[in-house]
Amino acid sequence: MSERFRIAIVGSGPAGLSAAAHAARLGLSHVLIEKTGHLSDTIYKYQKGKHVMATPSQLILRADLEFEAGKREAVLGTWDSMTAAAGVNVRYEAEVKSIVGTGEAIAGSVQRIVTRKRDGTSDTTEVQRMAPPYRMTLANGDVVVADTVILAIGTQGNPNLMGCPGGDSAHVQYQLDDPAAYNDEHIFVIGGGDAGIENALGLAVDAAQGNVVTLVNRSAEFSTAKDANVKALMAARDAGRISIMAETTTRAIEPGWVVLDTRDGEVRARCDRMIARMGSAPPRGFVEACGVEFASSDRLAFPKLSAVFESTAPGIFVVGALAGYPLIKHCLNQGHDVVEFINGNTQLKPADEPILEAKFVGLPGRRSVAEWLEYLRTNVSILEGMSALQMREFMLDSEARLYRAGEVVFERNAPGSSLFGIAEGQVLVEVNAADASVTVPLGRGAIFGEVGLISGRRRGATIRAASDCVLVEISRTAALKLMSAVPAAQREVTRVTTERSLLQIFKAGLTPADLTDVIASAKVETVRAGQAIIKEGETGDDIFIIQSGSMIVEKAIGGKPVFLSYVPAGSYVGEMAVIDGGPRTATVRAAVKSDVIRLGGAQFRALLGAKPGLLARLREDMASRTQLNNFIESKKDSFGGVVEMYTGVANFLVDNGVGEATDVLLIDEKLCVGCDNCEKACADSHDGLSRLDREAGRTYAHLHVPTSCRHCEHPHCMADCPPNAIHRGATGEVYIDETCIGCGNCQRNCPYGVIRMDKVPPKKPWLISWLLFGQGPGPGEPDAKWLKAKAKPETPKKAIKCDMCTGQSGGPACVRACPTGAAIRVSPEQFLSVALMDRGGE
Amino acid sequence: MALRTRGRNSGRTSGRAVTRTPRDTAHEGFLAHAGYRWLKVAVALSVLAVAVYVLTDPTPRPNGGTFAGYLLGTIGAVLIVWLSCLGLRKRIITAGPYSLKAWTSAHVWLGLSLIVIGTLHTGFQLGWNVHSLAYVLMMIVIISGLYGIVVYARLPAQMSANRGEATQPQMLEALRALDRQLDMAAQPLGKDETDLVRLSLEQCDVGGSLWERLRGAYPGCGNGRARDAVQGLVNAQMRVGKPDPRLTQILFLLERKDAALAQARRHTAMKTRLDIWLYVHVPVTFALLAALVAHVLSVFIYW
Repeated sequence: MSERFRIAIVGSGPAGLSAAAHAARLGLSHVLIEKTGHLSDTIYKYQKGKHVMATPSQLILRADLEFEAGKREAVLGTWDSMTAAAGVNVRYEAEVKSIVGTGEAIAGSVQRIVTRKRDGTSDTTEVQRMAPPYRMTLANGDVVVADTVILAIGTQGNPNLMGCPGGDSAHVQYQLDDPAAYNDEHIFVIGGGDAGIENALGLAVDAAQGNVVTLVNRSAEFSTAKDANVKALMAARDAGRISIMAETTTRAIEPGWVVLDTRDGEVRARCDRMIARMGSAPPRGFVEACGVEFASSDRLAFPKLSAVFESTAPGIFVVGALAGYPLIKHCLNQGHDVVEFINGNTQLKPADEPILEAKFVGLPGRRSVAEWLEYLRTNVSILEGMSALQMREFMLDSEARLYRAGEVVFERNAPGSSLFGIAEGQVLVEVNAADASVTVPLGRGAIFGEVGLISGRRRGATIRAASDCVLVEISRTAALKLMSAVPAAQREVTRVTTERSLLQIFKAGLTPADLTDVIASAKVETVRAGQAIIKEGETGDDIFIIQSGSMIVEKAIGGKPVFLSYVPAGSYVGEMAVIDGGPRTATVRAAVKSDVIRLGGAQFRALLGAKPGLLARLREDMASRTQLNNFIESKKDSFGGVVEMYTGVANFLVDNGVGEATDVLLIDEKLCVGCDNCEKACADSHDGLSRLDREAGRTYAHLHVPTSCRHCEHPHCMADCPPNAIHRGATGEVYIDETCIGCGNCQRNCPYGVIRMDKVPPKKPWLISWLLFGQGPGPGEPDAKWLKAKAKPETPKKAIKCDMCTGQSGGPACVRACPTGAAIRVSPEQFLSVALMDRGGE
Repeated sequence: MALRTRGRNSGRTSGRAVTRTPRDTAHEGFLAHAGYRWLKVAVALSVLAVAVYVLTDPTPRPNGGTFAGYLLGTIGAVLIVWLSCLGLRKRIITAGPYSLKAWTSAHVWLGLSLIVIGTLHTGFQLGWNVHSLAYVLMMIVIISGLYGIVVYARLPAQMSANRGEATQPQMLEALRALDRQLDMAAQPLGKDETDLVRLSLEQCDVGGSLWERLRGAYPGCGNGRARDAVQGLVNAQMRVGKPDPRLTQILFLLERKDAALAQARRHTAMKTRLDIWLYVHVPVTFALLAALVAHVLSVFIYW
C-alpha cells in the first residue's frame, strides 16, 4: 500500500507539529508520521506537572500553534486540540525505517558515510543520492511517497531494545512514568546507567508498594552512572530493598518469567514487569542514510543546511533540535517557516530577523542583515567556511560592535572566554604589563581573545582599538560550535594559540618568524586527569605548554611522591631537560583533563642557540624551580611528617576538583563549630535558598571542601544549557541568569553536585518581627512546613547555584558570616603552594 | 556609546578587569584575628582602667559614684550594650563589607576586659542590691562565655575527626538502615528473641536526655541491653555447640548499631556542648540588660 503526499513530516515534536499545522492551514497535502501513539513524545515524557518554559522571550512566535509557558498537561492539551481542529493528517505508531529518492541519480551527488567502530577503525560507504520524490518505508512495511520530507525527529534517538527472545512481550517497557503506579509486582530493571538506577530506586522507595525490584547490569561496575546514584543503589541493596544482579544478561523473556545468564549459570525468576533502560541510539545513522550530510564527524555536529533548512539531499528539510535548535519556540517557528519555504515563499524573513537587525544597529554602513552577515563572513578569516544559515545562528550568540580609536576592548586580567574577530580596522595588543606603549598590531581578518577561550583563564593582555574598527565578539558557545563545524577555523585557532602562547611566555624579543620551526613541530595533545606527560628519570626533551586544565609536579623523595607545585594553564613545563640535557627531574601529571602543546626538543634547542636572551630567561625560571625543589627536600629531612601532610592535602584538593577551580570554598574543621551561619547567610542573601551544603563533601586532615561551586575554568554546567543562561561574570563568577528554563542539564553535568533545582520561596517577614514576635521561619532557608503553607505550587523550579555574591560589596556572604574564621574562599594558585606546608606543621 | 552598554544578563563580560575586594585567605581563628588586634585593645583598656583606679584617690573610698567610677561605669555599660549586639549582627546579613569573625574576636576580648572594668567600677563593694545583681549577672555571662571559648577551641577538631565524612543526616540514615536490617533479620525468630530485637528498635533514643548527652553515658539504652542479652544467648549456645546463625547475625547487626550509635552520640554530645552554654549566655545577657537599666535608673533617681 502506498500513498503520495506533497509534504511528509517525520516526528510530531514542536517543530514537526507546527509544520503539519501550517501545511494543513495552507491546504497542502501532507502527512505527519509519529512513532508513538501520541503527539510530541519528548514533552509527553516529561514528569507530571512539569513547568514548560517559553524562552527566548524576545522571539516572536509566528506558528499556527499557540504556546506559552505552563504545565506540561496544559501545553500538550492545547496542541492536541489545535492539531485536531486544524485537520492535521496524523499517522500514529508509524516508525520510518528508510527514506530513499525514487527519481534519477543526481549527478556528482554522492553521500559518504563514515561509520566508526569501537576499536577505532572506520568504514566508509558511498551512497548515490537520487532525486525526489522520496519513498519512505515504515516499520510495518507500509510505504509513503512524498515530494518533500521534513525531518523533525529531535535528538533523543530510539531506546535500545531487548534483543532476546520474548523481547517484544507486552510486559517489557522502555520507560517508567510513575513509579507509584505499580504494586506487589516482581520487577526487573535492565541497565545500570542513571536511568535504570533511578527507576529501580523509584520503584523500591516505598516498601508499602510491595514490589520486588531487581536491577540487572551487564558488567560488574556501574561506571556510567553518577556516583550519588550508585551510592543510593548500594544503600538500597544493603537495606534489602533492591537486589542487584551484576555481570548478568537476559536470555529469554516468557510470560511471568525471565531467564537470565549470570556468572554462575542460568537463572529463571518470576517477572511481572521488565523495564529496559539500556541507553538509546542517536539518530545520526538514520539521518545520514537518508542522504543528509553532517557538518563534521564531531559527535555534537548538526546537519549541513541551507538558509531555508534544506539539507544536502534536495527536498529533505531538517528542523528542530536535530537542526541544532533545542528550544520549543525556535522549533515552532521553524515548522511554520519551512512549510512557507516549501510552498514557494522565498521572501519570508526568519523570525529571528528583528533580533539580528538589533545587533547591527549603530554600525557604520547601511547594510541589511544578510549583507552584514556576508560582510563578516568574508572579512573575518575563521568565518569563511560557514554557510548562510550557520552565520545566522552564529550571529545570535555573537555581537558586532564598533570601537572608536583608542577605546579599550578588554583589559589584562579581565575575565572573559569570548573570541574576537576583526572585520574592519586595526587593534593594538599591549604585550607588556609594565609599559603600555609596547604594542603589537593586529589587522583585519585576525582574531584575538583565544587564550581566554581555550584556557578559561583571565585575559593575558589589554587590547585597544588603533583605528575605528568593527569587531565581532564570538561567545564561547558560538566559538566552540564554529570550531566543530569548520575544521579550518579549528586549525587556525590552534595555530594562533600556539604562536601567541610562545611569544607571551618567552617574551625576550621573539618574533613570529623565529618560531616557524618550533610551531611546525607543535602538536596539541589531550591528557586525561592523572595521566603523566613527563615522568621522573625518563629521558626526553620535549617542552609542554599547558593550554587548558592544570598540572601538578611531583618528585619521588624517599620512595614516596611528594607534591612540588601546581601549574596552571598558560605555563610551560619540561624546560630543564632542554637546558641541562639530563633525565627528567620530576613527574608532571594532569590534575584535570587538559590540553597541552608538545614542542619538539630539537627545534627548541635550535631556537635557544639562536636566541641567547631566551636561554637566560629560562635559566631564571629554572633557578626558582630548583630552589623550590631544594627547599622541600630540606624540609623532608627535618620534618618528614610535614612534607607528607603537605603532599596529602595537596593531592586531596586536586582530587576534589580544586585543580580546575578558580575560586573554591574551604572550611577549616579545626575552627568550624557547625553553626551553619554560612548556609543561613547564603540563603538570606539569595532569595532564601542556600547554594552550599556545609556538612556534605570531603575532608582531609581537618580541611573540608563543602558542596559548593568551584567556579571551574571550563564550567561543566555551561556545556549544555538550552537557553544559554549560564555565564561568567565580571569578577570571574559563574552564574545562571533569569532565562533558566529549569531543564536540569547543568545539575546533571556538574561533577561536584553543587547545583540544585528548586522553587524560589516567597519573601519572609522581617527579621526583627521573627526575633520579637516569632513571625516567619527565622534566618536561613525556610523549613519545609513553612514553605508548604506559603509557597505557590505553580512556581517553576529553576537551577540555583553560587554566584559568589556578585553585586554585594562585601564579597561572599558565607565567608563574611563565619564567626570563627573557618570559611575562606581561595583560588588554587593561592592555596596550592608551599604556604600549605604551614598547615601540616600545626 | 549606547550600543555598548550591556546589562549583567547580556551574557557578555564588560572586558574590564574588575579587581576583587581583597579577601582574608588564611585560616586564622577568631581569637588570633588580625594579629590579636582585639586582645591588644582589651589589654590596653584594662591597663587604662587599672591606672585610673590606682591613680585617683577618692574619699571616703573607691565607689561607682566618683569620677573614676562614672568613667568605668560608662565604658562598661556601652560595652555591654555593644557586645549584646553580636546576636543581631550574626543574623542580619547585609551586603556591605563586614567580618563576623572580627566581631566575634572583639566580642570575646572586649567581653573579657569587662571583668577588670566592671570589678573596678564596683570599687569592691558588693551587697544584696540591684547594683550587685547586675555585676553578678555580668560575671555569669562572662564565665559562660569563657566556657564557650574553651569548647570552640577544642571541640571542632574532635567533632571533625569523629564524623569522618559523614553528615548528621547520614549518621541517622545509617541507623535507620540498620534498624530495617534488624527488623528483617528478626522475622524468622521466636517471640523471646524478637522481643530482644524490639528493645533495640523501640527503646533506643539516639539523643537521649540532656543529662545523658552531657555525660555521654546511656545506661538504659535498649540497643545495649539487647546486645548484652543476645550475646548471653549466643554464649550459652556456644557452650553446647554451634550457635544459631540467625542469632549471630542479629548480634552482628546489634554490634554494628552499637558502633554507629556511639558515633552519632559523640556527635550530638559535642554539638550539645558547643550549644548549651548559649542557653545561659544569651538569656542571662537579657537579664543583665534589664538589671543594667535598673541599676542606671536607680543611681540617677536616688542620687
